[in-house]
Formats: sequence, C-alpha cells, structure tokens
Amino acid sequence: MKLAVCIYEGPYNHAASDTAYNFIQAAIQKGHEIKGIFFYHDGVYNVTKLMEPPQDDRHISNRWSALGASGIDIVVCIAAAKRRGIVDDVLVPNVRISGLGQLTMMAIEADRLVVFGD
Amino acid sequence: MAEDIKKIMFTVRKPPHGTIYVYEGLEVKLIMAAYDADISVVFMDDGVFAVKKGQDTKDLGIKGFAATYGALVDYEITQVYVDRQSMEDRGMTEDDLLVIGEDEDTEEPIKPQVLESAEIAAMMAEQHNILAF
Repeated sequence: MKLAVCIYEGPYNHAASDTAYNFIQAAIQKGHEIKGIFFYHDGVYNVTKLMEPPQDDRHISNRWSALGASGIDIVVCIAAAKRRGIVDDVLVPNVRISGLGQLTMMAIEADRLVVFGD
Repeated sequence: MAEDIKKIMFTVRKPPHGTIYVYEGLEVKLIMAAYDADISVVFMDDGVFAVKKGQDTKDLGIKGFAATYGALVDYEITQVYVDRQSMEDRGMTEDDLLVIGEDEDTEEPIKPQVLESAEIAAMMAEQHNILAF
C-alpha cells in the first residue's frame, strides 16, 4: 500500500512524532511504500538541527533526517514553519520546506494518509 | 476521469480558539480546494463553535478567521456540514450558524448543512482520506 504520513505535534512534548516514526518503520518492514512525510502545526519543530537532547535519549531530528536519507520525501509546511521561526538554515539534512500543495499531492497519490496528533 | 478524483474530508472537532489547529486547518482547506479533489468539511464535537456566527476575537488579541469561513463557497468549498447532535449538545441551533457564501444566481446566503450523525458516518465511509483538525 502507498502511505503518506502527516505529523501535527512537536517533538518530545508529544508522542505523535515517536508513534509516527515507529509506524513508518513498521510499514516499511511490511513492504509498504511511504509516499511522503509532511510536518504541520508544531510538527515543524521535529526537524530542526538546533535540538540537542541528552545523549541517552533518542535524537528525533537526526532520526527523521536518516529516514530522509533513505529516499523518503520529508516536507515541512512553509506557512507553519515561517510562523514558528523554522527556516532552511535550521533544518537537518534530507528534509525540505515546501507548501501545502505537497500535502495535497501526497493525499491524492497515496492510498492512505495517516495523521498523527491530537 | 471523475472516478479517479480523490474524496478528501476535513473534520473540525476542536474549538476554534485556544489552539491553532482549526485556523491552520482552514489554511489546508483553502489550498486543497485549488486541486482536483472532492473536498468536504464536517464540523462536529467542539468544532461546531468554529461556525458559530458573531465571533469576536478582539479581546483575545488574536486575528480571528471566522470571516474566511464566509468565503468558503468562493473557494468552491460547497460541501460543508454540521453534526446536528454536536450542535444541540452545545445549545446551538441552525440560526446560530454563520454564512459561508451566497448563491450565484439568487444571492441567497448559504449556510453549512446540518446532518444527522448517521449521514456523516455514511459519507466518511466513502472517503479516500480524512484529515482531522
């Protein structure tokens, strides 16, 4: 199945990012295709390279970056990002800033769009 | 091919103020309406407050967005529904609903259509995607 994933919540504060990550890993292992990952609302904070969590904790933005390096398209909503001070300069590698049109295309091209957040 | 057009439903279940979900959700609707997709919007649970007329956010110190709902029809978002039970549970009636546009021919104001929960459930079952805000 072709899946797209949209994440609404910021890192560490909320389980949505972790749950989405685990879901994506499980989906890939099951042979599903991830058409794209879209960060919206406070979700845009998930991919800033400015985060520096304690070393014995998971590093959420590096984790997303690694997933992007594997070839999955990871998009940060520009409108949500600008509002929150997230710009290209602070993004981890392998993610990009673009518009809600990208979420629309994911929703149209994927068999299912799975949303994580409140 | 009409049968290839994806059916995308937005549900608005949160109150309009206090968090940004509903406002940013509105931005998504306006963008997606420009694409070749069959868009519908359902206001339910506390989301029905988003389509209550007479909202004034001045004292909250935030920019309100209820006026944008008044242009939904202009954005070609015409399938706009409200869950009757959610509305009645919150003491609202159809008279409390804001106008989302006007009929091109008659200039009659258009309001969200009030539906029973079972009708909404049936519509949900037909969707390709549902986005909740």
